[in-house]
Amino acid sequence: MIAYIIQRAFQALAVMIVVSLVSFMLFNFVGDPVDNMVGQEATYEERVAMRDNLGLNDPFLVQFARFVGNAVKGEFGISYRIQRPVADLIAERMPATLELVIASAFLSVLLGIPMGVYTGIRPNSWLSRSILVGSLVGVTLPTFVIGILLIYIFSVGLGVLPSFGRGEAVQLGWWSTGFLTVTGWKAIIMPSVTLALFQMTIILRLVRSEMLEVMRTDYIKFARARGLPNQIINFGHAFKNTLVPVITIVGLNLGSLIAFSIITETVFQWPGMGFLFIQAVGFADIPVMAAYLVMVAVVFVSINLFVDILYFVVDPRLRADKTVAAGN
Amino acid sequence: MSIKFLSKISFAFVTVALTASPVFAENVIRWASQGDALTSDPHAANESPTHSASRKVYDVLYYNDKDMKMTPWLATGHKLVNAKTWEFSLRKGVKFHDGSNFTADDVKFSIERALSPTSDLKGDISSIQEVKVINSHTVQIITKEPNPIMRNQLTNVFMMSKAWSEKHKVTQPQDRAGKQETYAVRHAMGTGPFKLELREPDVKTILVKNNNWWGLKTYPHQVDKIIYTPIANQATRVAALLSGELDFILDPPLQDLDRIKNTAGLHLEQTAQVRTIFLGMNQGVKELLTSNVKGKNPLSDQRVRQAMYQAINVEAIKKKVMRGYAVPAGLITPPAVHGYTEALNKRRPYDVSAAKKLLTEAGYPSGFSIQLDCPNNRYINDEGICQAVVGMLGKIGIKVNLSAIPKTLHFPKIKNRETDFYMLGWGVSSLDSHYVFNYLVKGADKGWNGTGFADADIDATILEIGKEVDFPKRDKMIAKVWQKLRDNVNYLPIHHQVIVWAMSDKLDIPIVADDGVRFIYTKFKK
Repeated sequence: MIAYIIQRAFQALAVMIVVSLVSFMLFNFVGDPVDNMVGQEATYEERVAMRDNLGLNDPFLVQFARFVGNAVKGEFGISYRIQRPVADLIAERMPATLELVIASAFLSVLLGIPMGVYTGIRPNSWLSRSILVGSLVGVTLPTFVIGILLIYIFSVGLGVLPSFGRGEAVQLGWWSTGFLTVTGWKAIIMPSVTLALFQMTIILRLVRSEMLEVMRTDYIKFARARGLPNQIINFGHAFKNTLVPVITIVGLNLGSLIAFSIITETVFQWPGMGFLFIQAVGFADIPVMAAYLVMVAVVFVSINLFVDILYFVVDPRLRADKTVAAGN
Repeated sequence: MSIKFLSKISFAFVTVALTASPVFAENVIRWASQGDALTSDPHAANESPTHSASRKVYDVLYYNDKDMKMTPWLATGHKLVNAKTWEFSLRKGVKFHDGSNFTADDVKFSIERALSPTSDLKGDISSIQEVKVINSHTVQIITKEPNPIMRNQLTNVFMMSKAWSEKHKVTQPQDRAGKQETYAVRHAMGTGPFKLELREPDVKTILVKNNNWWGLKTYPHQVDKIIYTPIANQATRVAALLSGELDFILDPPLQDLDRIKNTAGLHLEQTAQVRTIFLGMNQGVKELLTSNVKGKNPLSDQRVRQAMYQAINVEAIKKKVMRGYAVPAGLITPPAVHGYTEALNKRRPYDVSAAKKLLTEAGYPSGFSIQLDCPNNRYINDEGICQAVVGMLGKIGIKVNLSAIPKTLHFPKIKNRETDFYMLGWGVSSLDSHYVFNYLVKGADKGWNGTGFADADIDATILEIGKEVDFPKRDKMIAKVWQKLRDNVNYLPIHHQVIVWAMSDKLDIPIVADDGVRFIYTKFKK
C-alpha cells in the first residue's frame, strides 16, 4: 500500500514538472509583457533594460530553472500587471472561486441526483421526458450565453439579483466569505447556477443510465419477487449501486470546476482566480499565468492521487492483481 | 405575470426606498469600466486609466481641464528665468489628506521620484536636469535644452508627500523584478479632491470627498462618494447600467449604444478622443517581407501610397464598422493637438479609378500582394477596420492578406521592423505636434516609426521644434512638417476615434477627450 502511494506521488511530481515546462514554453507565444508595462513614450533602450531587469532575455531553460527554484521556495514573483506578489493575489482570490465551486457542486448534486433517479425509474413519464429535453439546454448552451441570459432576466428585467460582483464579503482570518451577508447570498445565485448547469446535466444523465442498467439486473427482479416495497428497491438496492461512478465523476469534475470557472467568473465579474488568470493572459502577465497553471496542476494531480488511493482501498481486485502481477 | 409587470413592482419599491431616504442623502456615483488602474502609485505606470485614477487623489502642477485646456493647478504661475530655467510659484494653503502642508520640497521630491529608474514617467520628462527649491513656495526646473512645452509635460506628474513617502519607504516606484509589494501600490495620499478609502485592485475602489480640498471654491462639486468596479465583460457592464446598479459606464460597446439611448433615464455623451487610427507602410526597405514583388519595394513609390490612400473609403468604415462613431481623418493627429488645422485634416478624395491610374503609372497595373498586421484587442473594432481595408484595396488589385493578432504580439512587430503594413493608433499626452513627430516621423531604426521614412531636413526641423521657444516661428515649422507628411503620404489616416460615455439622467459628467473622468465637474440633477 505505502509503496503504491509513493509510486503514485512520484508520478504526480513528474506530471507537475511536465505541466510547468509546457506552460512555460507557451509563454513565448503570448507576446511581450514589457509593452504593457511601460508607456508608449519609453525608448527602445528602456524596454531592453526592463526586459533585462525581469530576466526575460535569458535563455528559456535558465528562466525555467529560476522559476522552479523560486516556486519550490513558495515565491512566484510580482505580477507585471498589478504589481503585487502573485502568491498574495492567488491567496486572496482563492476563497471566492472555492465558494463558487462548492455552491455549484452542491447545486448540481442536489438537483442532478434526484432528477436522475426519477428519470431512471420512470423513463417514459412526461415529466422525465421534459427533464431530459430541458437538460439538453445545460449541455448545448455555452456558459456565457446562459450567464448573460440570467443577467437579462433577473437583473435587467426583474431587478432582483445583482448582475456583477460578490456582494459584501466578510473577512474570517485570511478567508473572505460571502456566505455571511444577504448581498453575498444574492450575488452567488446566478454564477453558481450558471456553473452548475453543465455538471448537473452530466450527473443527471449518468445516474439515469446507471439506474436503467441496474433496474434490469437479476437481483432487482429477485427483490421484487420477494415482495419488497418499491421505495426500498429503488433507493436501498438500485440507487446505492449507481453511486460508485457518480462519486468518481463528481470528484474529478470538482477539479475542472475550480480550473475552468474562468468564463463564469468573467461574465459575472466574480473576483476569483479564473478571472485573475484571464486578465493575466491579456496582459502577458507571466508570473501570474505560471503560478496559476502550476496551481491547477496541483489541484488535478492531488485529486487524481486521492481517487487512485480510494480505488485501492475500495476495490480488493486491484490489490490482488498487484500481487499477482508482481509475481508474489 | 409578465416581466414588465414585475419590473414595475420592483421599480415602485425602489421609488419608495428612494423617497424614504433622508433628505441629506450622500451623492454617490457608482461606475464601471473595462479595466482597473494598474496601480495606485502615480509614477509607476504611464497609462491613461491609471493617470485618470491618480488624478482624483493626487494633484498636478498644471491640469488638463475638461476641455483639455492646460490650467494652473498646484502651480499658480510661471516665469522663464532664462531659456533653460522655468520658475514656478506654488499655491499656498494647500494641504495633503493627512493635514500636512504642501511645499516646494514635495515638488522637488515628486519630480525626482518620477525621474527615478523604476518610474514609467521618466521618458516624458527626460528633459529635466535639476529641480531647485528657491523658497517654501517657489521652485525652479532647469532643463538640459530649452523646452517650450515644459508645462504640458508636467500635466501627468503627480505630487506626492515627501514625508509620507519616506515614512512608508516608497521614495521610488515599485520594481517589478523585486519581491515585495511597496506601500504605494494600494495606498495613496495626495492633495487631490478625493481621498482613497478602499482599494481592492480588480474588485472595488472607494473614494470619498476631501472636504479640505483647496479647489472646492472654484470647483464646488457635490460628489460625496465614488464607488468604482471594473467589469471586464461588455454585456455585463451594460446590463448593470440598465438595471440601475451603476450610474455611469466609461466604455459602452458600440452595438449597445442605441439600446442605452432609448432607455428612459439614461443618456450618452460623445466626443472625439485624442487618438487617431491609421495604417503605416514600410517605405524604407529595399524589398518587402510579405509581398510577391521581389527586388524592389512598391511602397517606396509615393504614387502607390497615394493610390492606397484614395482606394480607402473612410466614410464607409465610419458608417459600417464604427456605426457612425468616428471622425474621418486626413491627419494622423486629432483636433485637440496643437498644430492640427482643418485644412490639413481635409482628406484626398476617395476615387477608385484615380487610384487604379496611379498604380498603373507606378508600374503595378495588376497590383501586388502584401500582409496587413493588425491588433485585435487594442482599438475600437480594430480588426473590423482592417477587414474593410482588405476589401477596399482588393478593388484596385492589391491583394491584402490580413493577420489580426493580440496587441502583445502586434506592437513588438512594429518596433522591431517585422511588418510591411500595419495598424497603429496614437494618443498625444502633451497635446503638442512635437510628440507625434518625435515618435512617428523622425527616422529611427527601432521604435514606433515603422515606416522607414527618414529625411535629414525634416529630422533637423523636428529637433528645432523641440527647442524653439519663439511660438509663431515654432508653429511655422510644425506646419511645414505636417505638409511634408501629407504630400509624401507616410501614413494612411483612417479616423479619429470617438469615445462615448453612458450615464444615468440624474448625473451630468462632462466627457473629456482623453477618456479620463474629471468628477469635479459633475452636476447632479434633482
